[in-house]
Amino acid sequence: MPINITMPALSPTMEEGNLAKWLVKEGDKVSAGDVIAEIETDKATMEVEAVDEGTVGKIVVPEGSEGVKVNALIAVLLEDGEDAGAIDTSGSGASAPAASAEKVPAVPESAPAIEVGAKAVTDPVPAPKAGDGSRILSSPLARRLAQLNGLDLKSLSGSGPHGRIVKRDIEAALAAGTGKSAPAAAEAPKAAAAAPAVGQSADQVLKLFDEDSYELVPHDGMRKTIAKRLTESKQTIPHFYVTVDCELDALLALRSQLNDAASKDKDGKPAYKLSVNDMIIKALALSLRDVPDANVSWTDDNMVMHKHADVGVAVSIPGGLITPIIRRAEEKPLSLISNQMKDLGKRAKERKLKPEEYQGGTTAVSNMGMMGVKNFAAVVNPPHATILAVGAGEQRAVVKDGELSVATVMSVTLSTDHRCVDGALGAAVLGAFKGYIENPMSLLV
Amino acid sequence: MADTNYDVIIIGSGPGGYVTAIRSAQLGFKTAIVEREHMGGICLNWGCIPTKALLRSAEIYHYMQHAKDYGLSAEKISFDPAAVVKRSRGVSGQLNGGIGFLMKKNKVDILWGEGRISKAGEVTVSKTSKKAMEPQHPAPKGTKGEGVYKAKHIIVATGARPRVIPGIEPDGKDIWTYFEAMVPPAMPKSLIVMGSGAIGIEFASFYKTMGADVTVIEMMSNIMPVEDPEISGMAKKMMEKQGIKFLLEAKVSAVKKGAGGVTATVETKDGKKQDLTSEKMISAVGVVGNIENLGLEDLGIKTDRGCVVIDGFGRTNVPGVYAIGDVAGPPMLAHKAEHEGVVCVEKIAGKDVHAMDKSMIPGCTYCNPQVASVGLTEPKAKEAGYDIKVGRFPFMGNGKAIALGEPEGLIKTIFDAKTGQLLGAHMVGAEVTELIQGYVVAMNLETTEEDLMHTVFPHPTLSEMMKESVLDAYGRVLNM
Repeated sequence: MPINITMPALSPTMEEGNLAKWLVKEGDKVSAGDVIAEIETDKATMEVEAVDEGTVGKIVVPEGSEGVKVNALIAVLLEDGEDAGAIDTSGSGASAPAASAEKVPAVPESAPAIEVGAKAVTDPVPAPKAGDGSRILSSPLARRLAQLNGLDLKSLSGSGPHGRIVKRDIEAALAAGTGKSAPAAAEAPKAAAAAPAVGQSADQVLKLFDEDSYELVPHDGMRKTIAKRLTESKQTIPHFYVTVDCELDALLALRSQLNDAASKDKDGKPAYKLSVNDMIIKALALSLRDVPDANVSWTDDNMVMHKHADVGVAVSIPGGLITPIIRRAEEKPLSLISNQMKDLGKRAKERKLKPEEYQGGTTAVSNMGMMGVKNFAAVVNPPHATILAVGAGEQRAVVKDGELSVATVMSVTLSTDHRCVDGALGAAVLGAFKGYIENPMSLLV
Repeated sequence: MADTNYDVIIIGSGPGGYVTAIRSAQLGFKTAIVEREHMGGICLNWGCIPTKALLRSAEIYHYMQHAKDYGLSAEKISFDPAAVVKRSRGVSGQLNGGIGFLMKKNKVDILWGEGRISKAGEVTVSKTSKKAMEPQHPAPKGTKGEGVYKAKHIIVATGARPRVIPGIEPDGKDIWTYFEAMVPPAMPKSLIVMGSGAIGIEFASFYKTMGADVTVIEMMSNIMPVEDPEISGMAKKMMEKQGIKFLLEAKVSAVKKGAGGVTATVETKDGKKQDLTSEKMISAVGVVGNIENLGLEDLGIKTDRGCVVIDGFGRTNVPGVYAIGDVAGPPMLAHKAEHEGVVCVEKIAGKDVHAMDKSMIPGCTYCNPQVASVGLTEPKAKEAGYDIKVGRFPFMGNGKAIALGEPEGLIKTIFDAKTGQLLGAHMVGAEVTELIQGYVVAMNLETTEEDLMHTVFPHPTLSEMMKESVLDAYGRVLNM
């Protein structure tokens, strides 16, 4: 079948051109890639290459022809064994559009099709401003990637020169799952949606005070970690809180009995001395064992269902706090929890904990009872989904069966990550917890 | 007794080594550099620089031959091979002396001789055993010599040398490497160039312009195989018009030397053999790292295929020993070596520095037509899974190119359709080696097509084609 060679488009906008010169004549053999003609537009001359091999059967448009329409038939190539008789040039000519179905695009590969639909990409992405109105340094590509991925540049830090946010910072944020823009919820007031994720700058804070009215203490690593983790927690974790009151009298009585029964070594030192907190750790661990759906961690892709309750215990130390972890607390006897806690607490105060002793965990306890705090709400410390804030055990008037009486009561508040622990689940955990505290013998079995 | 203790000792004073030495000194390190042969290394003495001088002579000769095209007349045009070579050596010599000056200015000690890491933290410099290639520039004055020197950090920057194919060993007489090809005693009438990488093609271009009958033999299906096939294909066509012959997917399987020169048996992919005879042959089949006699094996330093294995900061597997440049692996380019050295020594100084992004290293070939590129080629971009937009703009549509009488060439740009990231740029034509850096800056600053379209390019310049190519990728080309 003869192959038609048509007038190529040298640019997306070209409609016609001049056939300046033929470099082959009828009867010449050509192979793919051979230059066969030169085409001129008002500015450019381009070579036309054959894309197939064959013999030039007929030159339809003579050289020197002007105003040859794009796609018009200009020549016919014969394959092996074909003769010129096979050529049908009817309807084709210098000015006629090529009707042939067998259009052979004859070089040069024309420009790619114009894409008008790429609006989202070609719209300018304005350079963002930081909360204080100063410019956030970022590369154009980083801005576009942030826009495409719904990231908020204000919440990212840049690793380029002068803190410029560049592509690798966006990629790191995407990998870590941080920096997501607040979903532009329609009902949210606009001002709130645009609220800056950064606090006041150092200058903004300091200019509110006389220069000699303070001294600056640089942050140490622990302070920075606390600030970073808790800010991240409050910004990314939707907290909610459940509070219950637990009566402690039975637990306090049992604790005395157990401590009195502890065997003593030759120096008269008891084998264990349980604290209320040790029993709270155990009670919380057992509660999570009973309500396993609350013993979880959130990731964007999955719910992490933990098989054991690893309870972090907030220990206040000079300059901050740290949460060493009692692993598998639901399996451990109170005496072991107590002794481990004494060791961890002591080394925490000396800042001698190993990372594996304070990293991870599935829940946490923060107890401010000894400081007389009645009740408070703690900040969830990811990857935990819950944290139990424990207030002081104090004698309160309680009403039982219509009778006023006195009981030792402790208020506890469970903060939960609502993404993975819903209200009823939080209530179920505290229900179980209250059961263990008020029926403390169950902590022993 | 002179002080022999340093913070940093660099072995090799090529473009990687000497730049590293200067940066090291700037950072406050007490620095020394070991060199056995010539300050500035191959680049300055037997590579990049002297070839550019030769190619400049060829270019002007070419223009003189075509004076008529510009309305000028030049008669009895000829050249003196010795003078062409002399100019090239002079250019090299001037810069060679310049390195000595730079070392002195930056208080970098030169340890003249061959360096070997005799043990961790110690470099022993002994008399050079390598026979120097002649003509040789004089050694710098005021150097320290043989002896044992200590350094906390030792940076290997020993470069590379021509790869040798067994059975086709260059003899320096009939079969040349770039060393001999740079100082021809006379212009050969005919020449076979084995290998069409940057070195092979530049010499092919030079000798063709100077009148030789040149045949290039390449194993791959494209000349300059690392380049975008559309660009190298166009370069090949333009060179074929000048009369250079190419045999692709072909290799030299044997050579015979006789009175008439070199006869190469060339085997093509289909198994056909043919004999080609020419006066000289250039072997330009790549380079291999100089990893020998440095004591690397004794220290247990890992190497792979003739190169030292390093991390992104030039660190080898042995603390305190680093490698940069050609000896540390491809791409074997002077500008890669320089930056690798700077990153290495800044990391040593504890600077907050990022590993070099090898996807943004430009490459330039100074044949006629010139070829320059950065980033991914079209096939590589597709292979990497990008949905791409490709822009093309021919020299024919550029006013300055027409005025220069250089209407052939192409600028091609490749964008990620999703993000507008410039993934690659590829050029063939006059002066493109001076243009490519515009795109390199754009890529490093992470500009998108939008910023390039909003950038004003001066008129009339060849650089306007760079903008047009971007516009073309987005269907907005103006002058086509």
